[in-house]
Amino acid sequence: MMSRPVDKEDPDRLYIVTGGRSRVDESSIDLVSLIVSECDPSPGMQSEHVKILRMCHNPTAVVEISAELGMPVSVVNILLCDLLDTGRITARHPSTAPVKDKLPDPATLKQVLLGLEKL
Amino acid sequence: MDLRSSDEAERTPLRSTASDGLKIVIVGGFGVGKTTMVRSVSEIRPLSTEETMTRAGVGIDDAGGAEGKTTTTVAFDFGRISLNDEMVLYLFGAPGQQRFWFLWDRLFSGSLGAVVLVDTRRVQDSWYAIDRLEHHGMPFIVARNHFGGPMPELEDLRKALDLSDDVPLIDCDARERESSKAVLIALVNHLYRLSTALEGAR
Repeated sequence: MMSRPVDKEDPDRLYIVTGGRSRVDESSIDLVSLIVSECDPSPGMQSEHVKILRMCHNPTAVVEISAELGMPVSVVNILLCDLLDTGRITARHPSTAPVKDKLPDPATLKQVLLGLEKL
Repeated sequence: MDLRSSDEAERTPLRSTASDGLKIVIVGGFGVGKTTMVRSVSEIRPLSTEETMTRAGVGIDDAGGAEGKTTTTVAFDFGRISLNDEMVLYLFGAPGQQRFWFLWDRLFSGSLGAVVLVDTRRVQDSWYAIDRLEHHGMPFIVARNHFGGPMPELEDLRKALDLSDDVPLIDCDARERESSKAVLIALVNHLYRLSTALEGAR
C-alpha cells in the first residue's frame, strides 16, 4: 500500500478525524501495544473507528494500524483513546515497559532468542 | 475502495493469543539496507508509516532549517516476527538523520536494543547514530553490510567508528535471511550478557 505523505495532505482532514484534539495521554499507548476489538462497529460511527474495529478482530499493533490507515502514530493514538475510553477496544501493553537505563530481564531475552533461532 | 479491500485481504493477522509486543530498531543512513534487512526476516511485507512533530516539539529542535514549519515528519519502515504464542517482535528501520532523534523517546523508548547498520563507504553517517544511542542509554551492536568488493579489517572499522571493545561488531549481508537472523541473535546475546551481568551485580 502506498500511503500519501502526511505532510502533503490537507491538514483539515487530520484535524477533523481527531475532533481538533492534539493532546493524548501518550504514556499509556506504546507503538507496539496490541489492540483488540471488543465489539462490532455500530451505525453512525466515525469511519476511522469502524476501520480500527474491523482491523482489530485479531490483535493488531498500533504501528500497523497507523500504516494501514495512512495516518501518523500520534493521530492514531487519539482515535484509540476514544475507543479505549468507551470500552470498544482493549490494549495489551508490552511487558518491557519503557524504563530508562533498565535492561529487559534475562528470562524475557531467553524467550526472544528461542523464537529467533526457530526462524 | 477496491484497493483498500484487497489490502485488507492481504494482511496477515497475529495469533489471537499475541499479547506482548517487543521492539528492536535498525538504525542507519539512507540506502544502507535497513528495509532490506527488515524484509529478509519479517513475516509480513515491510510496511511504512510516519510520525509528526508539531510546532511545540520543533521549538526544542535547534537543528536549523525547521523554522517556519508547523510540523516535521519522520517516516520509518517496520516488519514483524512472531516469536511464540504471546511474543511478537517488531523490527523498525529508522533513518539516522538528526530530526529523527527528537522522536526517539516517543517512538522507541522500551526497545530491547538497536542495530547500527554501517555502509563502509559512508562510515561517517554512523557516528551520529552511535553517539545518540549512547546518549539514550540504548544498548546496540554494529553490523557492517556487505556491498561486495574488498572489505577493510573489522578492527580498522572499529577504530574508524571509535567503538569501544565491549560493543559487538559483525559482518552481514542484509539480503540474506540467515545473515540478518544472525545479526538479531548477536544483538539479543549481547543484551543477555549485559542483563545477566546486571542481575549478578545486584
